[in-house]
Amino acid sequence: MNKLNFLTPDKNNLYVYLYLGISLFSISILIVFLNSFFSLDLTSFLPGTISYFLPLIIGFIGLHLIRIEYSGIKFLDIINKNINTNKFNALLSLLIIFAVIKSIPPLLSWFIIDANFAGDSKDACSGSGACWAYIKTWFNRFMYGMYPNAEQWRINLSFIALAFLGGVGFFASEKFKKYLTLYYVVVYPVIAFLFIFFFISGGPIFFDFSYGIIAAVISIVIGIFIPSKFKMYYFIIIPITIYILLKYVFFYEELIELGKIQAFEWVETGAWGGLSLTFIVSFFCLIFCFPVGLFLSLGRRSDLPIIKYISIGFIEFWRGVPLITVLFMSSVMFPMFLPEDMFIDKLVRVIIAISLFEAAYVAEVIRGGLQALPRGQYDAAKSLGMGYWKMHIFVILPQALKLVIPGIANTFLALVKDTPLIFVVGLLEIVGMLNLAKTNPEWLGFAMEGYVFASIVFFIICYAMSKYSYNLEQKYKTER
Amino acid sequence: MNFKKILPQLLTLVVVILVFGFFSYNAQVNMENRGITFGYGFLSQESSFDVQFSLIEYDGSHSYFRAYLVGLLNTILVSVIGIVFATIIGVIVGIARLSSNYLIERTAAIYVEFFRNIPLLLQIFFWYFAALRALPLPEKAEPIFGVFFLTIKGFFVPAFVWNNLDIFIYSVIAAIVAIVFVRLYAKKKQENQGIQTPVLSISIGLLIILPLLSFLLGGVDATVEIPVIEQLSQTSFTYKGGLKLPPELISLALALSLYTATFIAECVRAGVQGVSKGQKEAAASIGLTPNQVLKLVVMPQALRIIIPPTTNQYLNLTKNSSLAAAIAYPDLVLVFAGTALMQTGRAIEIVSITMLTYLTLSITISIFMNWYNKKIAIKEK
Repeated sequence: MNKLNFLTPDKNNLYVYLYLGISLFSISILIVFLNSFFSLDLTSFLPGTISYFLPLIIGFIGLHLIRIEYSGIKFLDIINKNINTNKFNALLSLLIIFAVIKSIPPLLSWFIIDANFAGDSKDACSGSGACWAYIKTWFNRFMYGMYPNAEQWRINLSFIALAFLGGVGFFASEKFKKYLTLYYVVVYPVIAFLFIFFFISGGPIFFDFSYGIIAAVISIVIGIFIPSKFKMYYFIIIPITIYILLKYVFFYEELIELGKIQAFEWVETGAWGGLSLTFIVSFFCLIFCFPVGLFLSLGRRSDLPIIKYISIGFIEFWRGVPLITVLFMSSVMFPMFLPEDMFIDKLVRVIIAISLFEAAYVAEVIRGGLQALPRGQYDAAKSLGMGYWKMHIFVILPQALKLVIPGIANTFLALVKDTPLIFVVGLLEIVGMLNLAKTNPEWLGFAMEGYVFASIVFFIICYAMSKYSYNLEQKYKTER
Repeated sequence: MNFKKILPQLLTLVVVILVFGFFSYNAQVNMENRGITFGYGFLSQESSFDVQFSLIEYDGSHSYFRAYLVGLLNTILVSVIGIVFATIIGVIVGIARLSSNYLIERTAAIYVEFFRNIPLLLQIFFWYFAALRALPLPEKAEPIFGVFFLTIKGFFVPAFVWNNLDIFIYSVIAAIVAIVFVRLYAKKKQENQGIQTPVLSISIGLLIILPLLSFLLGGVDATVEIPVIEQLSQTSFTYKGGLKLPPELISLALALSLYTATFIAECVRAGVQGVSKGQKEAAASIGLTPNQVLKLVVMPQALRIIIPPTTNQYLNLTKNSSLAAAIAYPDLVLVFAGTALMQTGRAIEIVSITMLTYLTLSITISIFMNWYNKKIAIKEK
């Protein structure tokens, strides 16, 4: 007679063990399933503690019986290889399976079955589940803050237009591809600013900034024809001259008054809020912090001592302090640094503060990429007679930026996640609006629903961003 | 030095000086208009505000400087709690992500993806306003193991009441010093003679015996004080005795550690994956046991990758603890840059002190990190 093989299956008794193991495993899952979904307690005849641990014991024995290195049965091999490699793994797998089964019914009942969807007051929500009527009623506020209801189409229109203009890059033909960087770095931010200023804020047609834009456009157009030898001096002197000419010579008082006619009703930034404000703040900070960070990283690696140490000091200062104190500074300390009659809008101050803060992080990320490039790249570019800017624009930066896509994406993600902090200065984006709605006497006691809603919204945004950055990373991956 | 090198530097310097000059000139004018004189003398004035939760004795009659210390200590407290738990959770999750078990790996991955993609502030609000508000009132709380009470007013835990606490602390310090010496001795012995000493059991023994001796001989005495429910008024109850952890502290520590743990988990995963497989195989082939492979070959190399970014995360956690201001946990930002600023109106002084405190903290840590990096860097010949 063969040696009796009690606890490990082999060729002779494989099927006995298999059937026994699988049935034990299934029974244990069935017990937990019935218990959790239909509150049927199959093991109630046993004493308390044993009946509590029984499914675990049965399942563990079942998994032990079917643990075999190679059986030739596809399904069994997958189970063994993935969740049943040893005793410890089997136990953990069982615990996870049971926890998932146990947690489905309460979650399902809170989210859907016992939840209230209809109604527009607190009385509609009497069940034990979530009160989605609360979200529905406040949805407009969560999206647009205190922005007047009748004017909300302006926000929608601007966002749609900006998304459309932002998507131009996907449809550009080969011929225009080389201008895309210029478009995204210079033209698109200006257009976005104008959209926000005219449509969302309802600002006057001619304002101080527009002279600057016109001056810049004119000088760029003329600048194309200037020989490169004089370009640097040209771009320092001419835009300022044109700006002064425009403001004080061509447009005299009456014309300025004419230009101040507003097309739309003015909505002050204090009334902006909700998710749209999250987008606006993240969008502008994202646009501003990248170039600032780029210059800072170049400055930090520069061999000109003054520029180098100023950059280091700047970067280390912003990286060393928490964002909340930076926002405190922008709201209580910064006004002290300005002349009494000069006033900068709260939103603008916040955007500047967050941009400078994140720029320091972007700078460090880009520096990592610059340091990773071999010296040979610099030497090769120099030996071709390239100057500092030509070398960086055409040789160094394209390679370095490719390397740091994940790092930059992480910084941008952190930026989006940091936007709720603007509650410090009294701007209420979606999380701030939630806290406001929570304290409304007619809607007390629905904090959970609000936070779950906001969590889902943020999760979708951030997860999509991180997946997109992953795709980008794969797309630009080159063999090194 | 040629012209092309000096000009940009000079320009930058002039711009920076101009900006700073503009700001400080305006600040001077503004302060003159408001009748404030710049100075840090207010720090010794009486603060006359109360702080809910403080590690050191404090009330309204103490100075602003003491209020600053209260805030700083509270910040350090929540940071240390957060760092300890974030490390524990992070290491476990990071190892779980490397597991061959599909379910464990997925669970860890879902945890990481979920918690790192939700703003920390939202998580703090969630724990404070939604999750902890669902806890029972003090009079209805079920005791956990008979001595812990988790209520809406906070977590009440038993406290030790010590006699001669200092002797006990000295004994623990002595044990730690002794362990360090034993380790050094054991290492030397192994290098010289190849004989291994059972360091671990000796260390544990020392750590038990020396404090025990302090109980037997040093006159150290500890009694446990269990929280007892007490009626304040008709409807209001609380617990007396023991230690009270306020809900602000719990939710802040919970959110900070769960959030930071996701990043630490990624660091740990990257570190362990960064050790090449050949190292493990080589170590196994010269006859090291799996434990020795982990301890002597894998961990020293993995730690070299893990520690720098993890320290960065600790720093982030400390800085993020300033979000406490949002749920009124009395940390440095709330007590000092909030209440004290409101009372004195000295924006420049107070914000600069607050920023300087955080700056000192992070620069100290980054100097230490640079030193550490240099120390553990692979020494190439």
